[in-house]
Amino acid sequence: ALGLAAATQKAAPAGLTPTTTIAQVRENHTGEQARTRRVNFFTAINDALNIALDSDPKAITFGEDVSFGGVFRCTSGLLEKYGSDRVFNTPLCEQGIAGFAIGAAAMGYTPIAEIQFADYIFPAFDQIVNEAAKYRYRSGGMFNCGGLTIRTPCGAVGHGGHYHSQSPEAFFTHVPGLKVVIPSSPKDAKGLLLSSIRDNNPVIFFEPKIMYRTAVEEVPTGDYMTPLGKAKTVREGTDITLVGWGNQVGTLQQAANEVEEEGISCEVIDLRTLLPWDVDTVAESVAKTGRLLVSHEAPLTSGFGAEIVSTISKECFLNLEAPPSRVCGMDTPFPLVLEPFYLPRQFRVVHEIKQSLNF
Amino acid sequence: GIGIRIRILAMAMAMSLVRSRAPAWVPWALGGRPGACLAQQQGAVASSGFATRADKKANAGHEDDAFEVEIPIPFSLHRLPEDCISQRVSTSKAEVLSFFRDLYRMRRMEIAADVLYKGKFIRGFCHLYDGQEAVCVGMEASLTRSDAIVTTYRDHCTYLGRGGTIYEVMAELLGRSGGASQGMGGSMHMYRRSDEFYGGNGIVGAQVPIGVGIAFQQKYSGKPNCTLALYGDGAANQGQIFEALNIAALWDLPAVYVCENNHYGMGTAEWRGSKQPAFYKRGDYVPGIKVDGMDVFAVKKAVAFAKSYVLEHGPLVMEMDTYRYHGHSMSDPGSTYRTRDEVSGIRQERDPIERVRKLIAAMELATAAEVKAIEKECRKEVEDAIAKAKASPEPDAANLTKNIYAMPLGMKLRGVDREANFQLPN
Repeated sequence: ALGLAAATQKAAPAGLTPTTTIAQVRENHTGEQARTRRVNFFTAINDALNIALDSDPKAITFGEDVSFGGVFRCTSGLLEKYGSDRVFNTPLCEQGIAGFAIGAAAMGYTPIAEIQFADYIFPAFDQIVNEAAKYRYRSGGMFNCGGLTIRTPCGAVGHGGHYHSQSPEAFFTHVPGLKVVIPSSPKDAKGLLLSSIRDNNPVIFFEPKIMYRTAVEEVPTGDYMTPLGKAKTVREGTDITLVGWGNQVGTLQQAANEVEEEGISCEVIDLRTLLPWDVDTVAESVAKTGRLLVSHEAPLTSGFGAEIVSTISKECFLNLEAPPSRVCGMDTPFPLVLEPFYLPRQFRVVHEIKQSLNF
Repeated sequence: GIGIRIRILAMAMAMSLVRSRAPAWVPWALGGRPGACLAQQQGAVASSGFATRADKKANAGHEDDAFEVEIPIPFSLHRLPEDCISQRVSTSKAEVLSFFRDLYRMRRMEIAADVLYKGKFIRGFCHLYDGQEAVCVGMEASLTRSDAIVTTYRDHCTYLGRGGTIYEVMAELLGRSGGASQGMGGSMHMYRRSDEFYGGNGIVGAQVPIGVGIAFQQKYSGKPNCTLALYGDGAANQGQIFEALNIAALWDLPAVYVCENNHYGMGTAEWRGSKQPAFYKRGDYVPGIKVDGMDVFAVKKAVAFAKSYVLEHGPLVMEMDTYRYHGHSMSDPGSTYRTRDEVSGIRQERDPIERVRKLIAAMELATAAEVKAIEKECRKEVEDAIAKAKASPEPDAANLTKNIYAMPLGMKLRGVDREANFQLPN
C-alpha cells in the first residue's frame, strides 16, 4: 500500500521548513491543513468519525461492539466524548442495523452504521438495495436517506477464510441510488469517509481490513474532504494503465516497481469511488498508454473490473493496443489455506502486464 | 441381614423427607428395580457430593446397573405442564465414566488448540468451547446418530460428540487434508455427514433455518428422529430464527431450538443485547425449557425429554445455561467485559468436569488412580492426534476448484488472469 511505501521514507517534519513559502503550503495541501500526524488506517478512520460527530450534532454511529471501540478500534474514544445516545451498540442483527439506520436517515439524521465484517452484510442486502437506494426515487423526492453511511471492513487478511475475507463491492455497484467508496491509504480513508458521511446520498464505505494497522502515513489532523467520484493517479507512466482499489493498489504499485526494472512504465490509478466511477481519468490514461489492466480481489466473473473493461473498451476502442485484461480473484468461494492461490498477487499482475505489452 | 435393610430404609426415608421433591421410592437394596423408563424410576437416589454408605453399597453392582442422579437446579418451564419432567435422571457407572472421559478429552483438546493457536500453528479464527462441554456430552447421551445436529462456529466439541476424532479436529484446525472437511473449512466449518452433523457455520444464526429444513425432511420421511439447531445468545436476536420457528410451529416439525446461552455475545452481555434474556421464553407460542447446561445429567435428561416432545408436538425451545472460559475467539482475551473473578468463580462452582469427578468420588465409581489413568489416556490421545496432524499434508491445490458445482461437466473456471483457466472435472 502507499502507506507501506511512506513507511520506508524518512519521516518529514510536518511538511514545513524554514524556507517554505505560503504558496508552497497551499500547493502541497490544497484544501487540507498543513499539520499532519503519522497514523495508521484505523486511527485515520477514528479521526474522521471524531470530526463528523463533532461537526454535525445529528451524526450518530452504531453497530455491533461499537461502544468499546469496535473490533478494529475504529470507534475507540467516541463513546466517552459524545455519549451513549450518539455512540451505541446494536444487537446482533445486520438487517435490523441497516433498517434502523435508514429510518434514522429518513428523519434527517446522519447515521454511520457499522457492519462488523463485509461478509455479514448480506442479511442487510435487502434493506440497502430496496429501502435505502430507492427511497428518494420511489417517493418522488419527498423522502431520502442521504445522511446514511454504512462502513464495513472488507478484503483478504491472510487467514480470514470464507467469512472474514470477502470483497462484495460489486454487488452494490449494481444498485442505482447508492455510492460505493473504498480508500487505499489512511489519508484517503479520512478524507473519503468525511466526504461519504457528508454526501447527501447513501454511501457504502469499504475499509480494507488488512490495512488497519499496517498502513501508516502522514495524515492531516484537521478537517478535510477528498472528493467522491474522482480517481487518483498514484503513479505516472506511459506503457500501460493499471486500475485498482483498496489493498490491491499496493500490489499494483509493487508490480509496477518490478517491471520498471525492465523498462516498462506503468500508470497506476486508484479508483477510490466505484459508484460513480471516474471514467474520464481512466479513459484519458488509456488513451495515452493504449493498454488497460484492472485488478481486484473479488472473483473475476462480474467483478467490478468487468464494468471498467466494458466501458473503456468502448470509450478507447481506437486507442487500444491490446485487449484489456483483468487480474482478479478466482471464481471460487474465498478459500482458507489455499488463499495464496486464489489472490491476484504481484507475480500474476506482472505476468499479465508483460502479456499485454507483448500482444 | 434384616437389621441392615431396616437401617437403609430408615435412612432412605429420612433422606426423602429432607428433599423437597421426593415421591415414594423403594431403595434398590430392598427390591426396587432399576429402570430406564422415565415414568417408573426406582433405585437409590444420589446427587453429586451426597453419598451415604447405603448408596455406596447399592452401587457395588455391575457397571451398567442403573441408578438415579438428582439434578439440583430445577428446570424452568414455559408453556409446559409443571410435572412434565422430573429432577432425576437414570444413569450407570459405565455412563458416568464415559461422561468423564468425553468431557475431559474435549477440555484437553480445546486447551491444546489454544496452545497451538498461540504457537501460530492454527491461524485464522478459533472459537473454543471449554466450559460448555456438558452440553455436547449430555446431548449425545439422549440422541442417536440418526438425529441431526446443526450448530455455530464453536463446533470442535460438537464434532467430537458426533463421532469425530481428535485427529480430524486438529488436522482441520491446522488446515490439513486429513481434517474433518479435508482442510478446506477450518475451525468454523467441520461437518460429518455419516453422523448427521451439519456443521460448523460461520454466519451467525444462519444455521437455524437450515436445522428446521432438516427437521422437515425427517418428518416428511417418517423418521423417528429430531433435529437440534444450536445457536448462541447473540444469535437469538437474528430475524431468521423467528421466521424459521414460525414455520416449524405451523407444520409441527421435530426441531429443537437449543440456545447455548453463555451469557456473552462476543463481548456483549445478554442483558445488553436482548430485551428478553430468558431465551427459553422467546418462542412465545412455542414451549420452552431452561436447563443447567453445566450439569451433564441435566442436559441428558432435558434432551431426552425434548426429543420425545418434539416427535409428538412440534418445536421446542431449549436454553442451556452454560459458560465459556475462553473469550469469544482467540483474539479476545475475554477479560474486558467480564471479571476474572466471575470466570474463576464459575470454574470453582459449576465446572462440568469437576461435578462428574465429585460424583465418581462420592459414589466410589472409580478410584482416584483409575480417574487419573483416564485423564492420562485422554492427554495422550490429544498429544498423539496433534503429532499426527502436524505431520499430515496440506490439501492439494486442485482442491481450490473442486466442489464448487455438482456436475461441472468439464466447465471452464476462470482463474486469476485470462490465461489461468481451469477445466472442472466431468
